Amino acid sequence: MGSQNFKIAAVIVSLLVLLIIVPYCNSFVVLLATRALVFAILAMSLDILLGFTGLASLGQAAYFGVGAYLTAILANNYGFGLKWDFWLMIPIGMAVGGALAAFFGLFAIRATGTYFLMITLALGQCVWGLAYRWNSMTGGDNGITMKGGRPQFGIDLTSDINFFYLTFGFFVATLLALYILVRSPFGKSLLGIRERELRMRILGYNVWLHKYVAFIIAGAFGGLSGVLWAHANGIVTPETVVLTTSVDALLMTVLGGAGTLVGGAIGSAIVFGLREYVSTLVPWWQYVLGGVYVLTILYLPTGLMGIPGRIRQWRNSQTKRETTKMAPAPS
Amino acid sequence: MGTQFWVVQAFNGVSYGALLFLVGAGLSLIFGVMRIVNLSHGSYFLLGGYVALSVIGHTGSWLLSIPIAALTIAVVGLIMERLFLRPEGHAKLVRDALIALGIALVVRLAIGPILPQLLPGLIGGIIQVTLVVIVFAIPIFLLLQRISAVAIEADVLRQVLMTVGFAFLFQQAALDIWGGNNFDIQPPSALTQSLVIGGTYLPLYRLFMIVGALVIGIVLWLAMEKTRMGAAVRATVDDAQMARGVGIDTNKISMLIFALGAGMAALGGVIGGAFLGVYPGLDFEMLPIAFAVVIIGGMGSLGGAAIGALLVGLADNFGKALFPELAYFTLYAPMVLILAIKPTGLFGRD
Repeated sequence: MGSQNFKIAAVIVSLLVLLIIVPYCNSFVVLLATRALVFAILAMSLDILLGFTGLASLGQAAYFGVGAYLTAILANNYGFGLKWDFWLMIPIGMAVGGALAAFFGLFAIRATGTYFLMITLALGQCVWGLAYRWNSMTGGDNGITMKGGRPQFGIDLTSDINFFYLTFGFFVATLLALYILVRSPFGKSLLGIRERELRMRILGYNVWLHKYVAFIIAGAFGGLSGVLWAHANGIVTPETVVLTTSVDALLMTVLGGAGTLVGGAIGSAIVFGLREYVSTLVPWWQYVLGGVYVLTILYLPTGLMGIPGRIRQWRNSQTKRETTKMAPAPS
Repeated sequence: MGTQFWVVQAFNGVSYGALLFLVGAGLSLIFGVMRIVNLSHGSYFLLGGYVALSVIGHTGSWLLSIPIAALTIAVVGLIMERLFLRPEGHAKLVRDALIALGIALVVRLAIGPILPQLLPGLIGGIIQVTLVVIVFAIPIFLLLQRISAVAIEADVLRQVLMTVGFAFLFQQAALDIWGGNNFDIQPPSALTQSLVIGGTYLPLYRLFMIVGALVIGIVLWLAMEKTRMGAAVRATVDDAQMARGVGIDTNKISMLIFALGAGMAALGGVIGGAFLGVYPGLDFEMLPIAFAVVIIGGMGSLGGAAIGALLVGLADNFGKALFPELAYFTLYAPMVLILAIKPTGLFGRD
């Protein structure tokens, strides 16, 4: 329990540091931090599936994309969501993300392992296909530029720093909401399904329904991150729903540590740092990104958040070896 | 839309399907034999096209470029499989050494501009690289020796992320070697003619693709059904543990199938390069389509890959011609339905 409190304190301190430092940075860093926070929300939504339910989804970008496209289309075609009604856009984005997940879940939830991975990939590709080819609606390859800019309603969100504060707020709210969710009895049942699905089924839990609800919640928060992304980025293109976006979200979660929630945020910061920052410095940044993928998988099974635990484990095994060395050899 | 429209579209669809068969069959066999979901399969396709371009550039021979590209990429796939996907014994040492060397070279790239120039010219460069490698690679190698790497055989998520990592590495390497331009592979002029049948023009090249894929498919099928090796492969697909138990060297088979699959994807890249082009990003465009082929047909089945390729080829062509705005949707929605109704695909066993 002590280590749990320590972790919570560490998270709060790092969040405060972020909140204090970022406003003093140049506008590029502010925008970068904003985007990384948006992706952190996406990665945390995926963590509900991957880390807490044991479902590896290759299609989380679908909900992200639907939230982003919906925001852009409503803003450009109907001028909706650019004034105070931006606050309505948030629940609408979450509802649509959740609704899409509720529809997709009907196909996907029954599958497990490789087949779950494949069916979520196919569902994600369906959304990508529509975004890419449905020119009259999505602008096709060019995407949709947010002509109206960011919302203004007393608070001027067109300023990058104000938008950073807003995104930060939504990030903290998401973190809290998902933290409460995974600590609730429902969250404990999800963990049980991840560990021993058959046992949970025999105990009388409705495993399908638990997974389905988790899938919908993940979709809803994916939709939320999409709404924010449309405004953070200013343009929504098929790139938002492409397969590599889903894969990136997976890597962020695994890199930070699946099943830890904040791990997704750490992973997002690192991947974004590489993708958006290092790429402006050197042309060969993809070697680093590819290397991070390979090294994480080979050497960091529990992610960055799991490093302290691994070191402790390694130390224990060392001391054990010492003691066996000192013990008299059996003759 | 007369008969001619349907004939031309069907012909185009079938010939595209022929290309997809080359990509999908390998992916399907790799999954069937090794249970590995390989997301760098699209990269083999792209790299095959690039290698062929280099061969054509040097020798001018299109015919020669096909086997060289296929063999080169087969070796690349083989190395990847031996060192990273299924490392055993000494392969782990080699893998760690390779990773340490890779990190050292990236460090050298990063600090290159600020390093002092010891000696001018090539020799100075070599000394510099050697020093960096000694300073960084050896400690990293020793560190990696102490960390036990995780086996990825049983974990599909880890396979996915690791092979995606390789896809990114391949993408960057291709960019560094061949640049970011779009290329076309020019087939010999004899194949650029068209056949006229009843007023319909059928490009000879697409006919060649269909015949080529048919020949390769039949040879593969015969090898799988009529040879001892093929029987061993089929046994491994059905039950690897049992196959090992009766004395089949599944390790060798997995190696062989991975090389074969990578080589076939590269072959597809060369042949498809004539009308798809060869350009950065083609790898990740091809990858999901290859998965659609594999899923619809059923993973691990050669016949399934053939049917899947044909269906996807036709769905893609008719989708683009009839419902342009829903083109890719008409391709992936059937994939979802098949997975939901019969997860093992139309012809998969399990």
